Amino acid sequence: MTATDTGLEFSLSRIAAMVRRYWYLLSSSWPRLLDLIYWPTVQMLMWGFLQMYVAQNAGFFARAGGVFIGSVLLWDILFRGQLGFSISFLEEMWSRNLANIMMSPLRPVEFIASLMIMSVVRLAIGMVPVTLLAMTFFGFNLWSLGFALAAFFANLILTSWSIGIFVAGLLLRNGMGAESLAWTIMFLFLPLTCVYYPVAVLPGFLQYVAWALPPTYVFEGMRALLIDHVFRSDLMLEALAFNAVLFGAASFGFVRLLHSARNQGTLLQTGE
Amino acid sequence: MDAQNTAAIAVDRLVKRYKATTAVDGISFRLATGSITGLLGGNGAGKTTTIAMIMGLVTPTSGTVSVLGAAMPRERYRVLHRMNFESPYVDMPMRLTVRQNLSVFAQLYGVADAAARIAELAAELDLNEFIDRPNGKLSAGQKTRVSLAKSLLNKPEVLLLDEPTASLDPDTADWVRARLEHYRIENNATVLLASHNMTEVERLCERVIIMKRGRIEDDDTPERLLARYGRGTMEEVFLDVARGRQREVSP
Repeated sequence: MTATDTGLEFSLSRIAAMVRRYWYLLSSSWPRLLDLIYWPTVQMLMWGFLQMYVAQNAGFFARAGGVFIGSVLLWDILFRGQLGFSISFLEEMWSRNLANIMMSPLRPVEFIASLMIMSVVRLAIGMVPVTLLAMTFFGFNLWSLGFALAAFFANLILTSWSIGIFVAGLLLRNGMGAESLAWTIMFLFLPLTCVYYPVAVLPGFLQYVAWALPPTYVFEGMRALLIDHVFRSDLMLEALAFNAVLFGAASFGFVRLLHSARNQGTLLQTGE
Repeated sequence: MDAQNTAAIAVDRLVKRYKATTAVDGISFRLATGSITGLLGGNGAGKTTTIAMIMGLVTPTSGTVSVLGAAMPRERYRVLHRMNFESPYVDMPMRLTVRQNLSVFAQLYGVADAAARIAELAAELDLNEFIDRPNGKLSAGQKTRVSLAKSLLNKPEVLLLDEPTASLDPDTADWVRARLEHYRIENNATVLLASHNMTEVERLCERVIIMKRGRIEDDDTPERLLARYGRGTMEEVFLDVARGRQREVSP
Protein backbone atom coordinates (compact mmCIF):
# COMPACT_ATOMS: atom_id res chain seq x y z
CA MET A 1 0.00 0.00 0.00
CA THR A 2 1.40 3.40 -0.99
CA ALA A 3 1.21 6.74 0.85
CA THR A 4 -1.34 7.82 -1.75
CA ASP A 5 -3.60 4.89 -0.89
CA THR A 6 -3.44 5.47 2.86
CA GLY A 7 -3.95 9.22 2.72
CA LEU A 8 -0.57 9.90 4.37
CA GLU A 9 0.73 11.78 1.33
CA PHE A 10 1.31 15.42 2.21
CA SER A 11 0.69 18.55 0.13
CA LEU A 12 1.64 21.99 1.45
CA SER A 13 -0.50 23.55 -1.26
CA ARG A 14 -3.66 21.81 -0.01
CA ILE A 15 -2.84 22.81 3.58
CA ALA A 16 -2.35 26.41 2.39
CA ALA A 17 -5.74 26.24 0.65
CA MET A 18 -7.45 25.28 3.91
CA VAL A 19 -5.59 27.93 5.91
CA ARG A 20 -6.66 30.47 3.28
CA ARG A 21 -10.26 29.27 3.61
CA TYR A 22 -10.24 29.82 7.40
CA TRP A 23 -8.43 33.14 7.10
CA TYR A 24 -11.05 34.43 4.63
CA LEU A 25 -13.72 33.48 7.13
CA LEU A 26 -11.98 35.00 10.14
CA SER A 27 -11.05 38.24 8.40
CA SER A 28 -14.58 38.74 7.07
CA SER A 29 -16.26 38.47 10.47
CA TRP A 30 -15.61 41.02 13.22
CA PRO A 31 -17.62 39.08 15.85
CA ARG A 32 -15.28 36.13 15.32
CA LEU A 33 -12.24 38.38 15.75
CA LEU A 34 -13.71 40.07 18.82
CA ASP A 35 -14.46 36.68 20.35
CA LEU A 36 -10.77 35.79 20.13
CA ILE A 37 -9.75 38.78 22.22
CA TYR A 38 -12.46 39.75 24.65
CA TRP A 39 -12.62 36.74 27.01
CA PRO A 40 -8.83 36.39 27.49
CA THR A 41 -8.80 40.15 28.25
CA VAL A 42 -11.60 39.82 30.81
CA GLN A 43 -9.86 36.86 32.46
CA MET A 44 -6.51 38.60 32.58
CA LEU A 45 -7.99 41.76 34.09
CA MET A 46 -9.96 39.85 36.73
CA TRP A 47 -7.03 37.70 37.87
CA GLY A 48 -4.64 40.62 37.62
CA PHE A 49 -6.70 42.79 39.95
CA LEU A 50 -7.21 39.83 42.31
CA GLN A 51 -3.47 39.32 42.40
CA MET A 52 -2.91 43.00 43.16
CA TYR A 53 -5.34 42.74 46.07
CA VAL A 54 -3.82 39.62 47.67
CA ALA A 55 -0.30 40.88 47.07
CA GLN A 56 -1.10 43.87 49.26
CA ASN A 57 -2.30 41.55 52.03
CA ALA A 58 -0.01 38.51 51.96
CA GLY A 59 3.75 38.35 51.90
CA PHE A 60 3.92 35.15 49.85
CA PHE A 61 1.92 36.54 46.98
CA ALA A 62 3.88 39.77 47.06
CA ARG A 63 6.98 37.61 46.51
CA ALA A 64 5.30 35.51 43.82
CA GLY A 65 4.49 38.43 41.59
CA GLY A 66 2.70 37.51 38.35
CA VAL A 67 1.82 33.91 39.24
CA PHE A 68 -1.92 34.42 38.82
CA ILE A 69 -1.58 36.40 35.61
CA GLY A 70 1.00 33.93 34.31
CA SER A 71 -1.37 31.06 35.15
CA VAL A 72 -4.31 32.62 33.41
CA LEU A 73 -2.28 33.47 30.30
CA LEU A 74 -0.83 29.95 30.04
CA TRP A 75 -4.26 28.41 30.71
CA ASP A 76 -5.63 30.49 27.86
CA ILE A 77 -2.92 29.13 25.55
CA LEU A 78 -4.09 25.62 26.42
CA PHE A 79 -7.81 26.35 26.30
CA ARG A 80 -7.82 28.74 23.34
CA GLY A 81 -5.43 26.51 21.38
CA GLN A 82 -7.91 23.63 21.56
CA LEU A 83 -10.89 25.88 20.96
CA GLY A 84 -9.21 27.45 17.92
CA PHE A 85 -8.61 23.99 16.48
CA SER A 86 -12.13 22.74 17.24
CA ILE A 87 -13.97 25.88 16.09
CA SER A 88 -12.21 25.82 12.71
CA PHE A 89 -13.34 22.21 12.37
CA LEU A 90 -16.87 23.08 13.51
CA GLU A 91 -17.04 25.86 10.90
CA GLU A 92 -17.09 23.10 8.25
CA MET A 93 -20.04 21.42 9.95
CA TRP A 94 -21.94 24.65 10.60
CA SER A 95 -21.60 25.62 6.93
CA ARG A 96 -22.50 22.07 5.72
CA ASN A 97 -19.20 22.02 3.83
CA LEU A 98 -17.75 18.86 5.39
CA ALA A 99 -18.81 16.52 2.56
CA ASN A 100 -17.14 18.87 0.04
CA ILE A 101 -13.94 18.67 2.07
CA MET A 102 -14.07 14.91 2.66
CA MET A 103 -14.78 14.29 -1.03
CA SER A 104 -11.87 16.50 -2.14
CA PRO A 105 -8.27 15.23 -2.49
CA LEU A 106 -7.47 16.80 0.91
CA ARG A 107 -5.90 14.09 3.11
CA PRO A 108 -6.95 13.84 6.77
CA VAL A 109 -3.37 14.61 7.82
CA GLU A 110 -3.46 17.82 5.75
CA PHE A 111 -6.83 18.77 7.21
CA ILE A 112 -5.41 18.30 10.72
CA ALA A 113 -2.28 20.30 9.83
CA SER A 114 -4.39 23.23 8.59
CA LEU A 115 -6.42 23.16 11.81
CA MET A 116 -3.21 23.22 13.85
CA ILE A 117 -1.96 26.25 11.93
CA MET A 118 -5.29 28.02 12.43
CA SER A 119 -5.26 27.31 16.15
CA VAL A 120 -1.91 29.16 16.37
CA VAL A 121 -3.19 32.02 14.17
CA ARG A 122 -6.32 32.44 16.29
CA LEU A 123 -4.28 32.19 19.47
CA ALA A 124 -1.89 34.88 18.26
CA ILE A 125 -4.77 37.23 17.40
CA GLY A 126 -6.26 36.73 20.84
CA MET A 127 -3.23 36.45 23.09
CA VAL A 128 -0.69 38.96 21.79
CA PRO A 129 -2.88 42.01 22.60
CA VAL A 130 -3.73 40.50 25.99
CA THR A 131 -0.07 40.02 26.93
CA LEU A 132 0.53 43.67 26.01
CA LEU A 133 -2.38 44.72 28.21
CA ALA A 134 -0.96 42.64 31.09
CA MET A 135 2.27 44.57 30.69
CA THR A 136 0.42 47.91 30.70
CA PHE A 137 -1.95 47.23 33.59
CA PHE A 138 0.10 44.99 35.90
CA GLY A 139 3.70 45.27 34.72
CA PHE A 140 3.72 41.53 33.95
CA ASN A 141 5.81 40.82 30.87
CA LEU A 142 5.11 37.27 29.67
CA TRP A 143 7.60 37.72 26.83
CA SER A 144 10.43 38.30 29.33
CA LEU A 145 10.25 34.56 30.14
CA GLY A 146 12.06 34.04 26.83
CA PHE A 147 13.09 30.42 26.18
CA ALA A 148 10.95 29.19 29.10
CA LEU A 149 7.88 30.72 27.44
CA ALA A 150 8.73 28.87 24.21
CA ALA A 151 8.96 25.58 26.16
CA PHE A 152 5.68 26.28 27.99
CA PHE A 153 3.95 27.25 24.74
CA ALA A 154 5.20 24.21 22.80
CA ASN A 155 3.96 21.81 25.45
CA LEU A 156 0.60 23.51 25.95
CA ILE A 157 -0.16 23.80 22.24
CA LEU A 158 0.74 20.13 21.72
CA THR A 159 -1.78 19.14 24.39
CA SER A 160 -4.43 21.44 22.91
CA TRP A 161 -3.91 19.91 19.45
CA SER A 162 -4.20 16.38 20.86
CA ILE A 163 -7.52 17.18 22.50
CA GLY A 164 -8.66 19.03 19.35
CA ILE A 165 -7.82 16.02 17.15
CA PHE A 166 -9.74 13.65 19.40
CA VAL A 167 -12.77 15.97 19.54
CA ALA A 168 -12.71 16.28 15.72
CA GLY A 169 -12.90 12.48 15.53
CA LEU A 170 -15.86 12.47 17.93
CA LEU A 171 -17.61 15.12 15.81
CA LEU A 172 -17.06 13.10 12.63
CA ARG A 173 -18.40 9.98 14.28
CA ASN A 174 -21.28 11.48 16.28
CA GLY A 175 -22.17 14.66 14.38
CA MET A 176 -23.24 17.89 16.07
CA GLY A 177 -24.46 15.91 19.07
CA ALA A 178 -20.83 16.00 20.23
CA GLU A 179 -20.46 19.77 19.73
CA SER A 180 -20.72 20.66 23.42
CA LEU A 181 -17.62 18.52 24.08
CA ALA A 182 -15.60 20.88 21.89
CA TRP A 183 -16.48 23.75 24.23
CA THR A 184 -16.21 21.98 27.57
CA ILE A 185 -13.74 19.10 27.39
CA MET A 186 -10.74 21.26 28.32
CA PHE A 187 -12.37 22.31 31.59
CA LEU A 188 -11.73 18.78 32.83
CA PHE A 189 -8.06 19.77 32.74
CA LEU A 190 -8.58 22.94 34.79
CA PRO A 191 -8.68 21.34 38.26
CA LEU A 192 -6.51 18.34 37.39
CA THR A 193 -3.57 20.14 35.80
CA CYS A 194 -3.27 22.48 38.81
CA VAL A 195 -3.38 25.73 36.87
CA TYR A 196 -3.71 27.99 39.92
CA TYR A 197 -2.26 25.84 42.76
CA PRO A 198 0.58 23.35 43.26
CA VAL A 199 0.06 19.61 42.69
CA ALA A 200 0.78 19.05 46.40
CA VAL A 201 -2.63 20.56 47.21
CA LEU A 202 -4.43 17.62 45.55
CA PRO A 203 -5.32 14.40 47.43
CA GLY A 204 -2.75 11.63 46.91
CA PHE A 205 -4.60 9.60 44.25
CA LEU A 206 -5.39 12.70 42.19
CA GLN A 207 -1.73 13.67 42.19
CA TYR A 208 -1.02 10.54 40.11
CA VAL A 209 -3.69 11.65 37.63
CA ALA A 210 -2.28 15.18 37.56
CA TRP A 211 1.25 14.00 36.85
CA ALA A 212 -0.05 11.96 33.88
CA LEU A 213 -1.23 15.18 32.19
CA PRO A 214 1.38 17.22 30.31
CA PRO A 215 0.06 20.71 31.25
CA THR A 216 0.63 19.94 34.97
CA TYR A 217 4.38 20.02 34.31
CA VAL A 218 4.05 23.36 32.54
CA PHE A 219 2.12 25.02 35.37
CA GLU A 220 4.50 23.60 37.98
CA GLY A 221 7.39 24.81 35.83
CA MET A 222 5.88 28.28 35.59
CA ARG A 223 5.52 28.51 39.38
CA ALA A 224 9.11 27.32 39.83
CA LEU A 225 10.24 30.05 37.46
CA LEU A 226 8.17 32.90 38.91
CA ILE A 227 8.47 32.00 42.61
CA ASP A 228 11.88 30.32 42.87
CA HIS A 229 13.40 31.81 39.70
CA VAL A 230 14.45 28.34 38.48
CA PHE A 231 13.77 26.99 34.98
CA ARG A 232 12.93 23.27 35.39
CA SER A 233 13.98 21.76 32.05
CA ASP A 234 13.35 18.29 33.54
CA LEU A 235 9.65 19.16 33.88
CA MET A 236 9.51 20.38 30.27
CA LEU A 237 11.10 17.16 28.98
CA GLU A 238 8.67 15.05 31.00
CA ALA A 239 5.78 17.12 29.61
CA LEU A 240 7.11 16.55 26.09
CA ALA A 241 7.25 12.79 26.65
CA PHE A 242 3.66 12.69 27.94
CA ASN A 243 2.62 14.94 25.06
CA ALA A 244 4.12 12.51 22.55
CA VAL A 245 2.04 9.70 24.07
CA LEU A 246 -1.10 11.86 24.19
CA PHE A 247 -0.66 13.05 20.58
CA GLY A 248 -0.14 9.47 19.38
CA ALA A 249 -3.21 8.26 21.29
CA ALA A 250 -5.36 11.16 19.97
CA SER A 251 -4.24 10.53 16.37
CA PHE A 252 -4.99 6.82 16.73
CA GLY A 253 -8.40 7.69 18.20
CA PHE A 254 -9.09 10.06 15.30
CA VAL A 255 -8.22 7.42 12.69
CA ARG A 256 -10.45 4.85 14.41
CA LEU A 257 -13.34 7.32 14.72
CA LEU A 258 -12.97 8.36 11.05
CA HIS A 259 -13.00 4.70 10.06
CA SER A 260 -16.11 4.18 12.18
CA ALA A 261 -17.75 7.27 10.62
CA ARG A 262 -17.19 5.78 7.16
CA ASN A 263 -18.75 2.53 8.34
CA GLN A 264 -21.74 4.23 9.94
CA GLY A 265 -22.28 6.69 7.08
CA THR A 266 -22.06 9.72 9.38
CA LEU A 267 -19.77 11.79 7.13
CA LEU A 268 -22.78 12.83 5.07
CA GLN A 269 -25.13 13.25 8.03
CA THR A 270 -23.47 15.89 10.15
CA GLY A 271 -26.59 17.01 11.99
CA GLU A 272 -27.59 15.88 15.45
CA MET B 1 -8.58 -4.84 -21.25
CA ASP B 2 -11.77 -6.44 -19.83
CA ALA B 3 -15.12 -4.80 -19.20
CA GLN B 4 -14.32 -4.20 -15.51
CA ASN B 5 -11.31 -2.12 -16.46
CA THR B 6 -13.01 -0.11 -19.21
CA ALA B 7 -15.94 0.88 -16.98
CA ALA B 8 -15.50 4.28 -15.35
CA ILE B 9 -17.59 3.05 -12.42
CA ALA B 10 -17.96 -0.64 -11.58
CA VAL B 11 -20.22 -1.73 -8.72
CA ASP B 12 -20.26 -5.42 -7.90
CA ARG B 13 -22.61 -7.15 -5.43
CA LEU B 14 -22.56 -4.06 -3.23
CA VAL B 15 -24.16 -4.32 0.21
CA LYS B 16 -24.49 -1.76 2.98
CA ARG B 17 -26.09 -2.66 6.29
CA TYR B 18 -26.62 -0.35 9.26
CA LYS B 19 -27.34 -2.69 12.18
CA ALA B 20 -30.75 -4.20 11.31
CA THR B 21 -31.34 -2.02 8.22
CA THR B 22 -30.10 -3.00 4.78
CA ALA B 23 -29.70 0.25 2.84
CA VAL B 24 -28.15 -1.34 -0.26
CA ASP B 25 -28.74 -5.00 -0.96
CA GLY B 26 -26.37 -6.63 -3.42
CA ILE B 27 -26.50 -4.28 -6.41
CA SER B 28 -24.21 -4.52 -9.45
CA PHE B 29 -23.78 -2.22 -12.44
CA ARG B 30 -21.07 -0.80 -14.69
CA LEU B 31 -21.04 2.65 -16.21
CA ALA B 32 -19.12 3.07 -19.43
CA THR B 33 -16.77 6.02 -19.85
CA GLY B 34 -18.61 9.03 -21.22
CA SER B 35 -22.06 7.71 -20.33
CA ILE B 36 -24.78 9.48 -18.37
CA THR B 37 -26.95 7.36 -16.10
CA GLY B 38 -29.90 8.23 -13.92
CA LEU B 39 -30.31 6.61 -10.53
CA LEU B 40 -33.98 6.66 -9.62
CA GLY B 41 -35.81 5.56 -6.54
CA GLY B 42 -38.12 6.77 -3.79
CA ASN B 43 -36.97 7.99 -0.41
CA GLY B 44 -34.93 5.29 1.33
CA ALA B 45 -34.34 3.36 -1.91
CA GLY B 46 -30.56 3.46 -1.35
CA LYS B 47 -29.52 6.05 -3.97
CA THR B 48 -27.62 8.38 -1.64
CA THR B 49 -25.89 5.48 0.13
CA THR B 50 -24.86 4.05 -3.25
CA ILE B 51 -23.44 7.41 -4.37
CA ALA B 52 -21.70 7.85 -1.00
CA MET B 53 -20.01 4.46 -1.44
CA ILE B 54 -18.93 5.41 -4.96
CA MET B 55 -17.44 8.62 -3.53
CA GLY B 56 -15.65 6.68 -0.80
CA LEU B 57 -17.51 8.44 2.02
CA VAL B 58 -19.16 5.22 3.19
CA THR B 59 -17.46 1.83 3.50
CA PRO B 60 -19.45 -1.06 1.99
CA THR B 61 -20.42 -3.98 4.22
CA SER B 62 -19.53 -6.28 1.33
CA GLY B 63 -19.04 -6.13 -2.42
CA THR B 64 -16.79 -3.76 -4.33
CA VAL B 65 -16.85 -0.33 -5.93
CA SER B 66 -14.24 0.68 -8.46
CA VAL B 67 -13.91 4.22 -9.87
CA LEU B 68 -11.46 4.82 -12.74
CA GLY B 69 -9.78 1.57 -11.74
CA ALA B 70 -9.35 2.46 -8.04
CA ALA B 71 -11.03 0.38 -5.33
CA MET B 72 -13.18 2.62 -3.13
CA PRO B 73 -12.77 3.66 -0.39
CA ARG B 74 -9.31 2.10 0.08
CA GLU B 75 -7.66 3.70 -2.97
CA ARG B 76 -9.78 6.86 -3.08
CA TYR B 77 -6.84 9.26 -2.97
CA ARG B 78 -5.62 7.89 -6.31
CA VAL B 79 -8.75 9.18 -8.05
CA LEU B 80 -10.47 11.88 -5.98
CA HIS B 81 -8.74 14.61 -8.00
CA ARG B 82 -10.37 13.14 -11.14
CA MET B 83 -13.88 13.10 -9.63
CA ASN B 84 -16.27 15.66 -8.24
CA PHE B 85 -19.84 15.91 -7.00
CA GLU B 86 -22.68 18.31 -6.48
CA SER B 87 -25.59 18.10 -4.11
CA PRO B 88 -28.12 20.67 -2.88
CA TYR B 89 -27.71 19.14 0.58
CA VAL B 90 -24.07 20.24 0.81
CA ASP B 91 -23.21 23.95 1.00
CA MET B 92 -20.13 26.04 0.62
CA PRO B 93 -19.01 28.47 3.35
CA MET B 94 -21.53 31.31 3.50
CA ARG B 95 -19.22 34.19 4.43
CA LEU B 96 -16.68 33.48 1.70
CA THR B 97 -17.30 35.11 -1.66
CA VAL B 98 -17.94 32.92 -4.68
CA ARG B 99 -14.45 33.68 -5.98
CA GLN B 100 -12.82 32.83 -2.62
CA ASN B 101 -14.73 29.55 -2.38
CA LEU B 102 -13.85 28.53 -5.91
CA SER B 103 -10.18 29.47 -5.49
CA VAL B 104 -9.91 27.40 -2.29
CA PHE B 105 -11.42 24.35 -3.98
CA ALA B 106 -9.30 24.89 -7.09
CA GLN B 107 -6.21 24.73 -4.90
CA LEU B 108 -7.50 21.64 -3.07
CA TYR B 109 -8.03 19.91 -6.43
CA GLY B 110 -4.65 21.05 -7.73
CA VAL B 111 -6.16 22.96 -10.67
CA ALA B 112 -3.43 24.50 -12.82
CA ASP B 113 -4.01 28.21 -13.53
CA ALA B 114 -6.96 28.39 -11.14
CA ALA B 115 -7.73 32.05 -11.94
CA ALA B 116 -8.19 31.27 -15.63
CA ARG B 117 -10.35 28.21 -14.90
CA ILE B 118 -12.55 30.21 -12.51
CA ALA B 119 -12.90 32.97 -15.12
CA GLU B 120 -13.83 30.37 -17.73
CA LEU B 121 -16.49 28.79 -15.48
CA ALA B 122 -17.77 32.20 -14.38
CA ALA B 123 -18.39 33.06 -18.02
CA GLU B 124 -19.92 29.65 -18.87
CA LEU B 125 -22.20 29.51 -15.83
CA ASP B 126 -22.96 33.21 -15.72
CA LEU B 127 -21.41 33.87 -12.30
CA ASN B 128 -19.70 37.19 -13.02
CA GLU B 129 -22.57 39.29 -11.74
CA PHE B 130 -22.15 37.92 -8.19
CA ILE B 131 -18.67 36.37 -8.14
CA ASP B 132 -17.44 38.77 -5.43
CA ARG B 133 -20.55 38.40 -3.30
CA PRO B 134 -20.62 36.12 -0.21
CA ASN B 135 -22.17 32.73 -0.89
CA GLY B 136 -24.75 33.32 1.85
CA LYS B 137 -26.19 36.30 -0.01
CA LEU B 138 -27.06 34.32 -3.14
CA SER B 139 -30.44 32.99 -4.27
CA ALA B 140 -31.04 29.23 -4.46
CA GLY B 141 -30.50 29.27 -8.22
CA GLN B 142 -27.26 31.22 -7.94
CA LYS B 143 -25.99 28.87 -5.22
CA THR B 144 -26.72 25.88 -7.46
CA ARG B 145 -24.71 27.45 -10.26
CA VAL B 146 -21.83 28.06 -7.87
CA SER B 147 -22.01 24.45 -6.66
CA LEU B 148 -22.00 23.32 -10.26
CA ALA B 149 -18.94 25.50 -10.94
CA LYS B 150 -17.20 23.90 -7.93
CA SER B 151 -18.05 20.43 -9.26
CA LEU B 152 -16.57 21.26 -12.69
CA LEU B 153 -13.44 23.08 -11.45
CA ASN B 154 -11.10 20.13 -11.93
CA LYS B 155 -12.73 19.01 -15.20
CA PRO B 156 -13.77 15.72 -13.55
CA GLU B 157 -13.82 12.51 -15.54
CA VAL B 158 -16.47 11.18 -13.16
CA LEU B 159 -19.22 13.51 -11.99
CA LEU B 160 -21.70 12.45 -9.31
CA LEU B 161 -24.84 14.56 -9.02
CA ASP B 162 -27.40 14.22 -6.27
CA GLU B 163 -30.59 15.98 -7.38
CA PRO B 164 -28.72 18.79 -9.14
CA THR B 165 -31.84 20.82 -9.92
CA ALA B 166 -33.77 20.38 -6.67
CA SER B 167 -35.46 23.62 -5.54
CA LEU B 168 -34.78 25.38 -8.84
CA ASP B 169 -37.43 27.03 -10.98
CA PRO B 170 -38.08 25.26 -14.32
CA ASP B 171 -36.16 27.83 -16.34
CA THR B 172 -33.01 27.66 -14.19
CA ALA B 173 -33.30 23.88 -13.96
CA ASP B 174 -33.42 23.62 -17.73
CA TRP B 175 -30.44 25.95 -18.01
CA VAL B 176 -28.43 23.78 -15.56
CA ARG B 177 -29.31 20.61 -17.50
CA ALA B 178 -28.10 22.18 -20.74
CA ARG B 179 -24.75 23.06 -19.12
CA LEU B 180 -24.36 19.53 -17.72
CA GLU B 181 -25.10 17.98 -21.09
CA HIS B 182 -22.61 20.29 -22.76
CA TYR B 183 -19.90 19.50 -20.21
CA ARG B 184 -20.36 15.74 -20.54
CA ILE B 185 -20.21 15.74 -24.31
CA GLU B 186 -17.26 18.10 -24.50
CA ASN B 187 -15.18 16.23 -21.90
CA ASN B 188 -16.39 12.65 -22.41
CA ALA B 189 -17.20 12.64 -18.69
CA THR B 190 -19.06 9.83 -16.96
CA VAL B 191 -22.08 11.18 -15.10
CA LEU B 192 -24.21 9.44 -12.48
CA LEU B 193 -27.28 11.43 -11.59
CA ALA B 194 -29.61 10.70 -8.66
CA SER B 195 -32.90 12.48 -9.17
CA HIS B 196 -36.59 12.55 -8.41
CA ASN B 197 -37.19 14.67 -11.48
CA MET B 198 -38.38 12.36 -14.24
CA THR B 199 -38.27 15.08 -16.91
CA GLU B 200 -34.64 15.60 -16.08
CA VAL B 201 -33.89 11.90 -16.31
CA GLU B 202 -35.72 11.53 -19.62
CA ARG B 203 -33.93 14.50 -21.09
CA LEU B 204 -30.39 13.79 -19.88
CA CYS B 205 -29.95 10.09 -19.30
CA GLU B 206 -29.16 7.40 -21.81
CA ARG B 207 -29.62 4.76 -19.14
CA VAL B 208 -31.81 4.55 -16.03
CA ILE B 209 -31.26 2.39 -12.96
CA ILE B 210 -34.35 2.17 -10.75
CA MET B 211 -33.78 1.23 -7.12
CA LYS B 212 -36.27 0.09 -4.52
CA ARG B 213 -35.54 -1.01 -0.96
CA GLY B 214 -31.82 -1.19 -1.67
CA ARG B 215 -32.14 -3.34 -4.79
CA ILE B 216 -32.11 -2.63 -8.51
CA GLU B 217 -35.65 -3.12 -9.77
CA ASP B 218 -34.89 -2.27 -13.37
CA ASP B 219 -32.03 -1.06 -15.52
CA ASP B 220 -32.35 0.01 -19.14
CA THR B 221 -32.58 2.93 -21.57
CA PRO B 222 -35.53 5.30 -21.02
CA GLU B 223 -37.04 4.24 -24.36
CA ARG B 224 -36.93 0.52 -23.55
CA LEU B 225 -38.31 1.11 -20.03
CA LEU B 226 -41.24 3.09 -21.46
CA ALA B 227 -41.94 0.32 -23.96
CA ARG B 228 -41.57 -2.46 -21.39
CA TYR B 229 -44.00 -0.89 -18.92
CA GLY B 230 -46.29 0.30 -21.69
CA ARG B 231 -46.14 3.87 -20.39
CA GLY B 232 -45.78 7.29 -21.98
CA THR B 233 -43.58 8.94 -19.36
CA MET B 234 -40.81 7.96 -16.96
CA GLU B 235 -42.92 9.24 -14.09
CA GLU B 236 -45.52 6.56 -14.83
CA VAL B 237 -42.78 3.92 -15.03
CA PHE B 238 -41.39 5.16 -11.71
CA LEU B 239 -44.84 4.94 -10.08
CA ASP B 240 -45.32 1.42 -11.44
CA VAL B 241 -42.04 0.32 -9.92
CA ALA B 242 -42.60 2.19 -6.65
CA ARG B 243 -46.08 0.70 -6.23
CA GLY B 244 -45.02 -2.76 -7.30
CA ARG B 245 -47.12 -2.96 -10.46
CA GLN B 246 -46.14 -5.58 -13.01
CA ARG B 247 -44.59 -4.78 -16.36
CA GLU B 248 -47.03 -5.03 -19.22
CA VAL B 249 -44.50 -6.43 -21.63
CA SER B 250 -41.86 -8.93 -20.54
CA PRO B 251 -38.30 -8.20 -21.66
